[in-house]
Amino acid sequence: MSKAILAVDDSASIRQMVAFTLKSAGYDVVEAGDGLDGLDKAKGRSFSLVLTDQNMPRMDGLSLIKSLRGLPQYKATPILMLTTESGDAMKAQGKAAGATGWLVKPFDPAKLLEVIKKVVG
Amino acid sequence: MSQSHSDTQAGDASAFDMGQFHQVFFEETVEHLDNMEMLLLGIDLDAPDAEDLNAIFRAAHSIKGGSGTFGFQDLAEVTHELETLLDRVRKQELSMTREMVDALLASRDVLGGLLGRHRGNGDGVPAEVIAELVARLRELAAGTKSGGEAAQAAAVAGRKIVIECGPIEADAPPELRERLTAALAGLAQQGSPTIEHDGAVLRAGVTTLAGDEEIRESLGFVIDPARVTIVNIAAAGTPAPAADPGYGFFDDAPASAAAAPGTGEAKDPGYGFFDALPAQPAGAAATDAPQGPPRSYGRRATDAPDVVEAKAGRRGHDRNLVAAQSDATTIRVGVDKVDQLINLVGELVITQAMLVQKVNDVDAVQQQKLLNGMVDLERNTRDLQETVMSIRMMPMAFVFNRFPRMLRDLAAKLGKQIELKTVGEQTELDKGVIEKISDPMTHLVRNAVDHGIELPEARIAAGKPAQGTLTLSASHQGGNIVIEVADDGAGLSRDRILAKAMERGLTVNDAMSDQEVFQLIFEAGFSTAETVTDVSGRGVGMDVVKRNIHALGGRVEIHSTAGRGTCITVRLPLTLAILDGLSVSVGGEMFIVPLTYIVESLQPAAAEVRTVSGRGRVVQVRGEYLPLVALHEVFGLRPEVTEVHKGIVVILETEGRKTALFVDALVGQHQVVIKSLESNYRRVQGVSGATIMGDGRVALILDAVAIARDMQAAMAEAA
Amino acid sequence: MTQAAVHAGAAPGAVMAAQANNEYLTFTLGKEEYGIEILKVQEIRGYEAVTRIANAPQFIKGVVNLRGIIVPIVDMRIKFNLGEANYDQFTVVIILNVAERVVGMVVDGVSDVIQLAAERIRPAPDFSSSSFDTKYITGLGTMDDRMLILVDIEKLMSGSDMALMEQATLQ
Repeated sequence: MSKAILAVDDSASIRQMVAFTLKSAGYDVVEAGDGLDGLDKAKGRSFSLVLTDQNMPRMDGLSLIKSLRGLPQYKATPILMLTTESGDAMKAQGKAAGATGWLVKPFDPAKLLEVIKKVVG
Repeated sequence: MSQSHSDTQAGDASAFDMGQFHQVFFEETVEHLDNMEMLLLGIDLDAPDAEDLNAIFRAAHSIKGGSGTFGFQDLAEVTHELETLLDRVRKQELSMTREMVDALLASRDVLGGLLGRHRGNGDGVPAEVIAELVARLRELAAGTKSGGEAAQAAAVAGRKIVIECGPIEADAPPELRERLTAALAGLAQQGSPTIEHDGAVLRAGVTTLAGDEEIRESLGFVIDPARVTIVNIAAAGTPAPAADPGYGFFDDAPASAAAAPGTGEAKDPGYGFFDALPAQPAGAAATDAPQGPPRSYGRRATDAPDVVEAKAGRRGHDRNLVAAQSDATTIRVGVDKVDQLINLVGELVITQAMLVQKVNDVDAVQQQKLLNGMVDLERNTRDLQETVMSIRMMPMAFVFNRFPRMLRDLAAKLGKQIELKTVGEQTELDKGVIEKISDPMTHLVRNAVDHGIELPEARIAAGKPAQGTLTLSASHQGGNIVIEVADDGAGLSRDRILAKAMERGLTVNDAMSDQEVFQLIFEAGFSTAETVTDVSGRGVGMDVVKRNIHALGGRVEIHSTAGRGTCITVRLPLTLAILDGLSVSVGGEMFIVPLTYIVESLQPAAAEVRTVSGRGRVVQVRGEYLPLVALHEVFGLRPEVTEVHKGIVVILETEGRKTALFVDALVGQHQVVIKSLESNYRRVQGVSGATIMGDGRVALILDAVAIARDMQAAMAEAA
Repeated sequence: MTQAAVHAGAAPGAVMAAQANNEYLTFTLGKEEYGIEILKVQEIRGYEAVTRIANAPQFIKGVVNLRGIIVPIVDMRIKFNLGEANYDQFTVVIILNVAERVVGMVVDGVSDVIQLAAERIRPAPDFSSSSFDTKYITGLGTMDDRMLILVDIEKLMSGSDMALMEQATLQ
């Protein structure tokens, strides 16, 4: 059974690119357009990994991560933040919110797969 | 790999063709830009809405993210500056000023131009314009809040540079060096610059927010700017991009230099993990993460000031009428699919109509059951059709949206003060109509601003408020959509128009009604503007406006009161594909007359039909004498009824005047699907299209406006 | 410019594509037989009630509804003065696909679809007595003892004397 990944980003083009890349590598991908939508979908089924952007309407990435960590089934699930910076401030916030790691934007498909593989295999 | 429109390659995305995502990215970006513009225009500078500022920031941020990912460097560079500025504003480190709004609007235009070039329309934006914009944005971003919260300003990373000033002549006064030092110190973001003298050259290492231009300018007071050389070292606080691998994990695992902020050290992979990765399933390609037990994170408090907690849904006054692209409950559908769907439904309607016809020939008993079934079918079909048509229906806001910006720029340019009011933005109409009505509307608005509304002084002198009002409204009225452009300006001068018309040799007379006189402004080349402004007034616009509206099957009326204002009313059918018409028969052929032009139909008494010698016939209707057009003459048919009082006369109203159309008989009222005659044949005079009737036969749709015009012309000639 | 000779039993497959290029639909107008490329023919129908178009030339009978599309109908017999223009249950309309349009033409009768090998086609002599302007005739074909006048139907229909298409709009 292929692993399911939840990709949360308010940009449709990025979502499509991520979904396409991951699906070509055999993962099952579900897309969400903002944090609230992502939370909703996460509750609906279980995912092996959550990828989330930070700046989104309705509920941003950090809030999503915190909410997910509050759910028993997502206490230990790997969650990666997609972020445009890799400075200390971002890292501190991400860590505090409970993210597993980060991936800097813009990234290319090859990099994305490399990181995903590290995390879920 | 990537489409030929992008300047740079989209990175070496290995085997992945990023080009397939470009179209979505372009559309998204256009939406973001439109959204940004709308929000910017709506900002209250005294009390800007925090959520709106965030939304503007997010729009810029999204564009930056996408353009970086898909390799559109030019877009990414500009949006980076935008983002920097907007981030400071939304964090309240800076207050939004009018200059910023102007700069942001200008950015939106530049981005639009760059995007256009990538899409293959337009030549993009000249490099100087971009450079100037970037400098402007940087300056604005560098400003500090008047409250002097300089500490927060430090959050913006300055860049480390070395400024070399020289050669300094040996005999230059010693104060020169002091003044240079002082000037350099003034440029430093924090601390003081390190300065060294090297013979004739003074070298200063400084961290500064100032752009190159600014540096040269401020040093220019002391030394010739041509002698200033600026060398970039690095942006303080961010790693040199080349070395950054772009991800990390929040643990202290080997390989990824996770926690250390990259300061140009190699090995920051661009991703990272905070703690040990969760236990890998067997056989997974786990690499370097230590296999510690996964931690449970629980909820943690955070003090990140820029995280915006979700409010309940969006703000009530969500002015973003474009379906939010982040809303995953909508889908994008290609217009061609929708068109095909509409064609199919059109065919269904025709088939159903044909069946009704056939059913009428069946015997009574069977007929009743069949009829009941047919009634249901008709209702189902009609419902289906309405639903399908509604897919293409979009709110008028899509047309109105361009006007706030346009008005702002135009009013500023002309020195007028104008308030824009819109009514009925939610009124829906067909996408095709929207696309075709936008240009005519733009012209009408331009016209109202340019010629209708007076300059503030003139208005005050006339006892009006200095600020004029332009009201755009849209509503549904009896199967049509009615759009009005109304201004409280100077109104139209009947006399001036008549005079101008006579000057231009048009056939006019004083007996013409106001409506007919006002319609004259739609004649080609007609403009009573005293000076030709570059906005409008060259007189090429209004006739095109009218033609476009007619091509849509619509009509335009003008009402005006001198000194009080003008109201232009455009009436359009709700869709382009369907027409409400009255079918008439002449000489055994059936024609459809669009309902929108019909005033009434009647059978005149013989005495009411008169012949005016040398000019043709007229019909007297309630005291008015209307020119009579016999349809059989127009189309060269042999009529079944030759005497007008034994046939039917349909009164048409087109272009402010009435015409009487003589036909054999009325058949009925129908809603017909418009088919093109021209795709396989050619344009036929007096015919605007064709349709297929219930019996499968083709009926021609009359071009009422043309027929009335031809009659008018013929009568004028005969006179 | 040799084409593979087409005989019964000739090698199939590779020759198929070449065959379509010299297949003709033959029809009669008056006393003569004509041939047009089969690829231009969309379908063949009977003659149904036509809606007249005002002030159109006599040979343009009007337009009909062809499954939702409006198609003009031309009567070749009237246009080229070939025989009598009768309309009965045997009258045939050939629906053509030419110049990206759909157009119908009324003829006396349709014969068959034939293949004409290149060697059976001779250039047309320039006889000015012909009703057709010879610039539309691509050659004369021989089949058994029939003479077929091969016509470039696309060129004919797009030509200005047919008055079917706005000349300016053609590519």
